[in-house]
Amino acid sequence: MDTELVGTLERRIARRPLRVVVIEALGPLTMLAGVIWAIAQPYRLVFLHPEGKGFYDWLAQPPLLVVAVGVFFAAAIAPGIVEDLRGERRP
Amino acid sequence: MTPRAEIVHWLFATGFLLLGLFLLAEAVVGQEVWRKRRWRVYLWPGLAFALGVLLWPVAVFFTSSTLHMLAHASWAETAMLAGTTQLALARGRLESRWWTLAVSLSMLVSGAAFLIHEQNPWLFSRSAFLHHALGWTLVVAALFPVGQAIRPRSFAWNAGFATTWLVMAVLLYCDRDVAPIFGHLSPLAGAR
Repeated sequence: MDTELVGTLERRIARRPLRVVVIEALGPLTMLAGVIWAIAQPYRLVFLHPEGKGFYDWLAQPPLLVVAVGVFFAAAIAPGIVEDLRGERRP
Repeated sequence: MTPRAEIVHWLFATGFLLLGLFLLAEAVVGQEVWRKRRWRVYLWPGLAFALGVLLWPVAVFFTSSTLHMLAHASWAETAMLAGTTQLALARGRLESRWWTLAVSLSMLVSGAAFLIHEQNPWLFSRSAFLHHALGWTLVVAALFPVGQAIRPRSFAWNAGFATTWLVMAVLLYCDRDVAPIFGHLSPLAGAR
């Protein structure tokens, strides 16, 4: 691997404060929890077993709800917080 | 066409998961950064209030006994009370940090409602276990808002309060009407 690229990545990670890393990780970790749950309990996903299922079964599939919350947080909430954290660090 | 009880619980679990993430993010970055955007200040109080409002139709239309209706109505009232006081604090209508104790009171009453309306012991069924676990979680976690009132900037109190709602979400997601593991229906409840 290109050592210059690795060095640049290392410097970028080292420069990111812990709070930014945690905020950026909350959404993906929530999504990951939902994916792991879906793999562990596939019977809680209606589209894998659609026979005899109604509207509410399609609406509330718990692992997908967890993934949706993670996506929402990562897309709508986290970017603004990270921007404000970076703004706080600028002189 | 009414949803099964477990489906309603999962939808509320989703709301609590979101609530927990908002609070955890606020605990991590601190109040100064969190309040840099005005709309973020209203985020979790607004969500708590909305969850309280949404609990009313559940209490009225989807409960099967007076006891359950009263319990759900008390959760609706306490969630709205907690949301309202926090909205008023965010708006500046209330100024004393001691108003945070209203959240503590709400959690105590909610926890008591869980414990009082569950008449079976812990291991009677999954539902009974979850009622006891949810009730005691709320009663014990009612200490966190007290800590927040005393030390509003403490990460431990704020993160503890946030984690409470994540735990509540997990417990509500575990709810099943009937399930192969620890989810049998008692003969007393009509199982053959």
